[in-house]
Amino acid sequence: MAIISVQRKPLSFLERTYLPALASGLFTTIKYLFGPAETLQYPEQRPAIPPGYRGVPALVKDPNGREKCVSCQLCEFVCPPKAIRITPGSVKPNAGVDQVEKAPQAFDIDMLRCIYCGLCEEVCPEEAIFLQNQYSMTGYSRAEMVNHKDRLYEIGGIRPDQHFKWDVKKIAEEAAASGGHH
Amino acid sequence: MPEFYYAHPLLMAVLRGLAVLLVMFPIAAACSMAERKVSAWIQRRPGPNRTILPIFEGVPGFTFLQRLGLFQLAADGLKFLFKEEPLPHHVNRLYFTLAPAIAMVPAFTTITVVPFGAYLDSQGGIVPLVLANVDVGILAVFAVASLGVYSLILAGWASNSKYPFLGGVRASAQLISYELSMTLSVLPIFLWVNAPGMPGTLGFSRVVEFQSGYSGWGGAWFVFTMPLSALIFLVALFAETNRQPFDMPESESDLVGGFHTEYGAFKWSLFFVAEYANMIVGSAVFTLLFLGGWNPLPWLPLVRLIHGLHHVTHWAFWLYPATSGVLSVLIFLGKIVAALFFFMWVRWTVPRFRYDQVMKLGWQKLLPLSIANLIAYAIAIYFMQG
Repeated sequence: MAIISVQRKPLSFLERTYLPALASGLFTTIKYLFGPAETLQYPEQRPAIPPGYRGVPALVKDPNGREKCVSCQLCEFVCPPKAIRITPGSVKPNAGVDQVEKAPQAFDIDMLRCIYCGLCEEVCPEEAIFLQNQYSMTGYSRAEMVNHKDRLYEIGGIRPDQHFKWDVKKIAEEAAASGGHH
Repeated sequence: MPEFYYAHPLLMAVLRGLAVLLVMFPIAAACSMAERKVSAWIQRRPGPNRTILPIFEGVPGFTFLQRLGLFQLAADGLKFLFKEEPLPHHVNRLYFTLAPAIAMVPAFTTITVVPFGAYLDSQGGIVPLVLANVDVGILAVFAVASLGVYSLILAGWASNSKYPFLGGVRASAQLISYELSMTLSVLPIFLWVNAPGMPGTLGFSRVVEFQSGYSGWGGAWFVFTMPLSALIFLVALFAETNRQPFDMPESESDLVGGFHTEYGAFKWSLFFVAEYANMIVGSAVFTLLFLGGWNPLPWLPLVRLIHGLHHVTHWAFWLYPATSGVLSVLIFLGKIVAALFFFMWVRWTVPRFRYDQVMKLGWQKLLPLSIANLIAYAIAIYFMQG
């Protein structure tokens, strides 16, 4: 590779006074002065949340209103800052889907610990926990910053389900019980 | 004319002084808001636009004032008045408290010799509106304005910590460097104005009178006939008022806050009112010397404007002294506001100079340039008037 030596052009007298550069700089800034403001007026205007945004983690229900979490505690184990604390409980009999044995008795996420990594969502075999669109979480005390189960379902709401895993399983079992082939 | 116009001279002087202060203070305060708004607009932000008194909420006219940040200005002022005054234990208490007060004194003293308008008396003569129409005009401004640096040095020294100290040292070095070229740059004007055979004066009224001609050299503002003087004066003015790109004494990025690092609350705000008052006086002096003072346009002096308006409308109202007085003050204020806007505009255009660059520009560029400028104009004026 040959070295290409570039001749630096000497500045003209006018350029050495800096005045043309100053004038063009002033022209640039005055253009900006009359341009539109880029600011989002926050509380009134909200930013558009892109798909895949990792907001406050929350529990969701399926379209039939059944809570999806089966308290397997995988999210609790995977959570790097140990923000999730689950107390497992059993499902009430005749609650709809008898194949599900367990549901969380208590489900707490400490939002002062949560790092919004999304590992809980990734690890969940039941697609029951999601990091959704909520990006603003405030409170006046430490206790307020812990999301309990009812609050988690309130934030999470209902999410469309593609699989209806337990319903499929129930139908299959019922079909088997009613004497298909053994 | 109402009777109070001929009241006791001392009372008149006090009243007029108060009137000027009552105009200066709000303008100096409004400058701080204008600074924030202009900065915001240049950075494509809306700037402070939310503060409003609850009782005015939803009233149409007030929404506009709210968006201009007028109530934010009041909120800021009240905050400075009521917040705790920190007094670091390591400072020299007397001088530390004295510095902000000293900053105010030259800022508000210089305004006394600056004429801010003129009115036509019944004989058709032009009488300048000024608190003290003294012949030393420009000398008084230079002499008193340079005292302003004492407050910076005092603040820097009394703070007894390194960054304020460096700020104070820089302030004094910068002032000395630029004072010279500033003074030399205006000398050609006074050489020209004080033609042989005329009564000599260094007052501003005569300079404006000189720019109030109808045609030829007389009507041209000095910014056209002496562009180099105007440029040197303007650059030196930026340096003297410690505005970017010459805000060496303050320079947040290398000196924390410079001379006012240890200050807070009301003392801090006094420094800023003083800075803006200095800017206002500086703009006023620049307007008087180079931009034709209260004359609306080059070759269109105030007298011709008023007679023209009278000629077109035939209202005697135009010839009242009060009308011409108010008109001239408004024109003058308009030019000052434009100059103040220029200060803020340059702030977001030119980055801060390095300290050695400031010194180099002052001593190696501006000073020889202003001396050459003076000599060239002295020779030219000799041949024109000789």
